[in-house]
Amino acid sequence: MKLHEYQSKAIFAKYGIPIPKGTIAENAEAARQVASQLGKKVVIKSQVLVGGRGKAGGIKVAATPDDAETIADQILGMTIKGLPVRKVLVDEAINIAREIYLGVVVDRATRRATMMGSAAGGVEIEEVARVSPEKIIRVAIDPAFGLQDYQARELAFAIGIDKANVREFTAIATGLYRAFVDVDASLAEINPLVVTGEGKLIAADGKIVLDDNALYRHLDLEQLRDVDEESSEEQQARKAGLSYVKLDGNIGCMVNGAGLAMATMDVIKFYGGEPANFLDIGGGAKADKVKIALEIILSDPNVKAVLFNIFGGITRGDEVARGIVEGLKGVKTNVPMVARIVGTNAEEGRKILANANMLTAETLEEGAQKAVAAARGQV
Amino acid sequence: MSILIDKKTKLIVQGITGREGEFHARQMIEYGTQVVGGMTPGRGGETALGVPVFDTMEQAVAKTGANASVIYVPARGAADAILEAADAGIALVVCITEGVPVVDMMRVARRLAETGTRLIGPNCPGLISPGKSKVGIIPGNICKPGPVGLVSRSGTLTYEVIHALSQRKIGQSTCVGIGGDPVHGLGYIETLELFDADPQTKIIALIGEIGGTDEEKAAEYIKKKMTKPVVAFVAGQTAPPGKRMGHAGAIIEGGTGTAAEKIAAFKRAGVPVARFPGEVAELIAAKLATKSKSRSVAKKKK
Repeated sequence: MKLHEYQSKAIFAKYGIPIPKGTIAENAEAARQVASQLGKKVVIKSQVLVGGRGKAGGIKVAATPDDAETIADQILGMTIKGLPVRKVLVDEAINIAREIYLGVVVDRATRRATMMGSAAGGVEIEEVARVSPEKIIRVAIDPAFGLQDYQARELAFAIGIDKANVREFTAIATGLYRAFVDVDASLAEINPLVVTGEGKLIAADGKIVLDDNALYRHLDLEQLRDVDEESSEEQQARKAGLSYVKLDGNIGCMVNGAGLAMATMDVIKFYGGEPANFLDIGGGAKADKVKIALEIILSDPNVKAVLFNIFGGITRGDEVARGIVEGLKGVKTNVPMVARIVGTNAEEGRKILANANMLTAETLEEGAQKAVAAARGQV
Repeated sequence: MSILIDKKTKLIVQGITGREGEFHARQMIEYGTQVVGGMTPGRGGETALGVPVFDTMEQAVAKTGANASVIYVPARGAADAILEAADAGIALVVCITEGVPVVDMMRVARRLAETGTRLIGPNCPGLISPGKSKVGIIPGNICKPGPVGLVSRSGTLTYEVIHALSQRKIGQSTCVGIGGDPVHGLGYIETLELFDADPQTKIIALIGEIGGTDEEKAAEYIKKKMTKPVVAFVAGQTAPPGKRMGHAGAIIEGGTGTAAEKIAAFKRAGVPVARFPGEVAELIAAKLATKSKSRSVAKKKK
């Protein structure tokens, strides 16, 4: 789950990281008030959960409260990469002398949190990694001890932080790591960390991505979830305990297991079709879950056929088939359905499905080919 | 032979009195796994499925001499369960649980480096040495003993490949599901190393998926070190970037972790890559056929 800039910066502030003075505004009038309270030049920043807000015109400077109102009004009407701007952050403008990158990520290879610093701040770190990876300095953090001051200093010297700022930088770096651990983040970054014209460090922008698996112990943070981060179908799926990702094709997929669901999409593509979604319904195929999953899949008007691929394993094939048929009962549709099930008694399962007007297949390849044909109207 | 588990493996089921734990413990016992006990705090002294239940792993190990454990406890208790098993001296810990926070797993990985415990998972189906022992949830009925070593990040996709192999009457030495989380225990390289040293294993199937760079590193290892042939499959060729595909670790981030990169790495290493799961079995059948042919040719020459 992603947090907005203003939410991330509020967390950073709790860990002693300096942030610009500012407040969130949901309408132009509120933006004007914040600007007039701050009494100086401000930056109006759209709060949407995508990168590239600046390039899209979603971040602008306002010299006066009047300007702030006009600009906020304009930005609040925008849609950036498909996401409507519902809030703007009105921050005091800061005098930028230099921009640095500072972030903590999970490094899968070392199985440790790693702090990354770069003198090339203000641009996306992925871009820096691609163009000039040597500009990124990494420090692996021992989870038993946390980020040590000397490690932060090493990072500071390596990216050329002014000697006068090293102590300040160290406090920010250790604060960032503590925040990362305390909120169970998978990413926490300050980009840019600004060196101001007055020689101070300040977190001008911030981003936190929370580990979904740890949200159970951060109920306060879960409430910060932005409804626009997910489509209504993705939201419905999450609440039902299903993994669902919408794609652009026309063949709906319902599969048990994430790896098999990906492979099913790949096989559809291999036979010339396009998957409409990724969907993992988890163990077996219980009627209630099948029903919800099917409703989600069919809410996409592009879907012209649905492929079920259920590997029963320990669950019996006829049991899986009954679950599917039961789940189908509650859903009205003319979309052709193809089912491929594996498990003990799979043959009996296929009979049950055929009696319910479904096309059946023994192998995944056969199922995918039938689904591709069905989506083309060649049933 | 086989790797990691065999008939001598003595297993404790952590969470044996839970719904999942009990169901799969029964399956494992029926398969022939030596389940020597279970553990659920507060249920010590009871019996479950005919084996004693202990309050702590320390007691369980002291009383039974167990050398392996399998974990079916909920995600919030999983890291604690792994550490408890490790501190009790268990050599092989298999964690089936899905949804363990990554911060917990980084601490666990740090601790296990000290104890020398081998962890499989979390978020994995466990492993099976067909005809000998199974630890986890892989359905025993789809497996048969034979020459293929299988290692995979996925669950049901692994079953799919096992099923395709068994249908062609090609058996398996050991099938290992290493799990779909970004921070997990046993990796591809350690597993490949074990398979290379195992006399029963003649060929290896490696099932990968999007996310991270473990497949690329495995490809490099195969090229440099492996003496036995490897066949690969990578799931997620149609997965969009930036979206988590079910598994916590299955995500293309910042342009890395794509299926295309992984497939290219395997091809560079001379590893044939199946285009769909069923083709893994086809490729393996072809390799085994040419191998036995060359062996019989060699015999004739003598």
